[in-house]
Amino acid sequence: MTVGIVGYGAYVPKKRIKVEEIAKVWKKDGKKISAGIGVIEKALGSWDEDTATISVEIARKALEVAKINAKEIGALYVGSESHPYAVKPTSSIVAEAINTGTELMAADLEFACKAGTAGIQMVYAEVKAGMINYGLAIGADTAQGRPGDALEFTAGSGGAGFIVGNKKEEIIAEINETISFTTDTPDFWRRQHAEFPSHAGRFTGEPAYFKHVLNAAKNIMEKTKTKPSDFKYAVFHQPNGKFPKRAAKILGFTPEQIEQGLMTPYIGNTYSGATMVGLASVLDVAKAGDKILAVSYGSGSGSDAFILTVTENIKNKRAKIPLLKAIEDKEYVDYSEYIIHRKKIKTL
Amino acid sequence: MRSVSIVGVGLTKFGEQWEKSFKELIAEAGIKAIQDSGLERKDVDAVYGGCMASGRFVGQEHIGALIADQLGLNPVPSTRVEAACASGGVALRMGYMAVASGIHDVVAVGGVEKMTEVSTEDAGFALGGAGDQETELFVGASFPALYALMARKHMKKFGTTEEQMASVAVKNHGNAVNNKYAQFHRAITIDNVMNSGYVSSPLKLLDCSPITDGAAAVLLMPTEQAKKINDKAVEIIASTQASDTLALADRENLYETKAAKIAGKQAYEQAGIKPTDVSFAEVHDCFTIAEIMAIESLGFCPLGEGGKFTEQGNTQLSGQIPINTSGGLKGKGHPVGATGVAQAIETYLQLNGEAGKRQVKDAEIGMTHNVGGSGATAVVHLYKKA
Amino acid sequence: MLEAQEQQQWFIYTKKLRGENMVQNSLPLHWRKYPERYRLEGNINEETGDAFFPARVVDPKQGRKGKLVPVEMPRTGKIISLTEVFVGPQGFEKETPYFLALIELENKVKILTQIVDSPKEKIKEGAKVKKVFRKISDIDEEGAIAYGYKFKVVN
Repeated sequence: MTVGIVGYGAYVPKKRIKVEEIAKVWKKDGKKISAGIGVIEKALGSWDEDTATISVEIARKALEVAKINAKEIGALYVGSESHPYAVKPTSSIVAEAINTGTELMAADLEFACKAGTAGIQMVYAEVKAGMINYGLAIGADTAQGRPGDALEFTAGSGGAGFIVGNKKEEIIAEINETISFTTDTPDFWRRQHAEFPSHAGRFTGEPAYFKHVLNAAKNIMEKTKTKPSDFKYAVFHQPNGKFPKRAAKILGFTPEQIEQGLMTPYIGNTYSGATMVGLASVLDVAKAGDKILAVSYGSGSGSDAFILTVTENIKNKRAKIPLLKAIEDKEYVDYSEYIIHRKKIKTL
Repeated sequence: MRSVSIVGVGLTKFGEQWEKSFKELIAEAGIKAIQDSGLERKDVDAVYGGCMASGRFVGQEHIGALIADQLGLNPVPSTRVEAACASGGVALRMGYMAVASGIHDVVAVGGVEKMTEVSTEDAGFALGGAGDQETELFVGASFPALYALMARKHMKKFGTTEEQMASVAVKNHGNAVNNKYAQFHRAITIDNVMNSGYVSSPLKLLDCSPITDGAAAVLLMPTEQAKKINDKAVEIIASTQASDTLALADRENLYETKAAKIAGKQAYEQAGIKPTDVSFAEVHDCFTIAEIMAIESLGFCPLGEGGKFTEQGNTQLSGQIPINTSGGLKGKGHPVGATGVAQAIETYLQLNGEAGKRQVKDAEIGMTHNVGGSGATAVVHLYKKA
Repeated sequence: MLEAQEQQQWFIYTKKLRGENMVQNSLPLHWRKYPERYRLEGNINEETGDAFFPARVVDPKQGRKGKLVPVEMPRTGKIISLTEVFVGPQGFEKETPYFLALIELENKVKILTQIVDSPKEKIKEGAKVKKVFRKISDIDEEGAIAYGYKFKVVN
């Protein structure tokens, strides 16, 4: 049975704050930092947006592309590090909003930035097993950045979702293979009642991001007997604008291959949405026959790797507005507006 | 059906009455009205009390029983009437119907509201219950916003200006200076209004009626008997009421108050008169735009010209049709449940030549217009000296 | 000066008046209205085609004639009138200023709603708007979040 993506949607909130604006507040050299992390600006939602509202917009867009009725969706997973509730699923709010009806498997996922792609693996498996006809996996976040911390420059908001199905004439990108590389690694975490995450500084590089991304990539290429030059596009998890470039170089991918899927420089790291958003951007332009490698990374740690092949059907099933164009509809805020919207003032 | 007259009136000062509780306010107004009429408590057969939101303001319901109790009127029947800001006017109508039908002979009608026990935000929330709470208050629309939407439409369609709306506030505050019961005794200027800061654009702070405590009461009797007990009886020559959709979104249009138009028309028919026969009117100026829409609905000027009509001075004390000589809700204050009854009291004073510096010359026929919410209830009365 | 116990009771009493335990936070009410608030579900008279939002029990024009069935309202419309709120009701104090508008949907149904995420100069009468799913209120850290409909201006 061929199983693949039949619809996709991405949503990035409208407001932006420049890295240089944040740096100004902390009296740091904004230009240098921006260049160093490879990020220009990041996206943030209005106070009335959260992971649930973002996920609903994503779901609606995915349904538009897939051209199916929400009632046909048999499973819905939302992966995030910023679910509005610690206990009470985001997935059910999305299900109610798009009216999936009650015959639905649903759950919320957490695995740092790879919670969304873990959801793709789950719906892929459920569709492949014949349990459901369509499954929707969403990865979205309104990431928390501790004021004054390095991650404040990159923690962004947004996400994307994919509807997976098994009808050949509907599939726009076949999922050929998926594997994961999982360990227990303490690089980045947030305790239940802590407002902001903690991280282990430089430890988040080699032993964390690179070890998992590189291994997952190598393993999936080995398993499928493919090499970097077989792929038109590669999307790597992108906590900043630099890591994915370095990972690409090490593995033997060219800058051109990762360019289309590299969104972090313009919207920040959307955490559970990061790799998902990159993949959505690739689908905006990919053509029939193109092969895509997508590798996510979630702290804690793990990487999910996917190999997809784009089909003829993508000609008629793309997002109305490509993501790179959609994010040009933006509105800049300064730091004072940023902290009000992100509710960093305790009494707000 | 018997003719009904007002034979006595009483009201408390309107304003922030920190020293007086809910019970004290209504008791004061009630006793004053009974004394003013020359009747005694034992003469009263029934009570109707208008009160919008005592539950939310002071945690008290069962106002009918409370009023009878406080005035020592037990065991006569006592009923609370609620129609949002038209509670007082509708209570008056209920009292009128009770006497006109012959069921009761002497009826006390009161109105009371104590709004200052709670914060301004909570008061705003309580008042929001006058609209469609689930779809209006829920999305963040309280009363200033609803009237602002109407004002904006009126401005767009007819060219009404913020200055014209301001002139309503200036006139009413000016009238209130001569009303010892009014909340405000300071005259204001157009500039004051224009600079008072937006509450919900285009309505500014001074376009909005205040939060007020107060109570008002009148005594009703069949006109024939009324003329025998004192020479101040004021006859109610028409009493009408109409309803419209609760939510603003369901109205036919935003620039007219249909219920008021219907109630007004029916009142003129009942009394057999025309708008030009009315000597003065107390209308529901919860917001300045509301007065402009009211005088259009009641036929004092053509639709859309209320702003110009006011700006030109036609509704001043010396004008063609004095509106809100008491100061209106703007200048006198708006203790919601009491307002409709207080309007009747101003009418009674005017027709008896007792309005002092506010006196309308040759006052023959008075009118009151009391509206609930954003226009869902409108109750109109016409009066003349008995 | 109130005694300690009276002070305690006064605090609980004013807590009730301040909005906790009030209808606005009623969970059954929110839940019952998910289809209305999440999906703009109202109803329509099968025979006449008249649409109502929120859904009605009685068709004000037809009475019992014609059956009322649930249907989602169209998600686009245009602004009929608007206001910028600077002083909001309880629970909305921190959001001001915000825009409220009366909008008319494609099927002529009118809705009172907030206009968000739109440049100020584009928020005017006649502007085309489309529905977005947003938080309506989230005032209590430990309470439930109310989601619902808001609209934004589209080109």
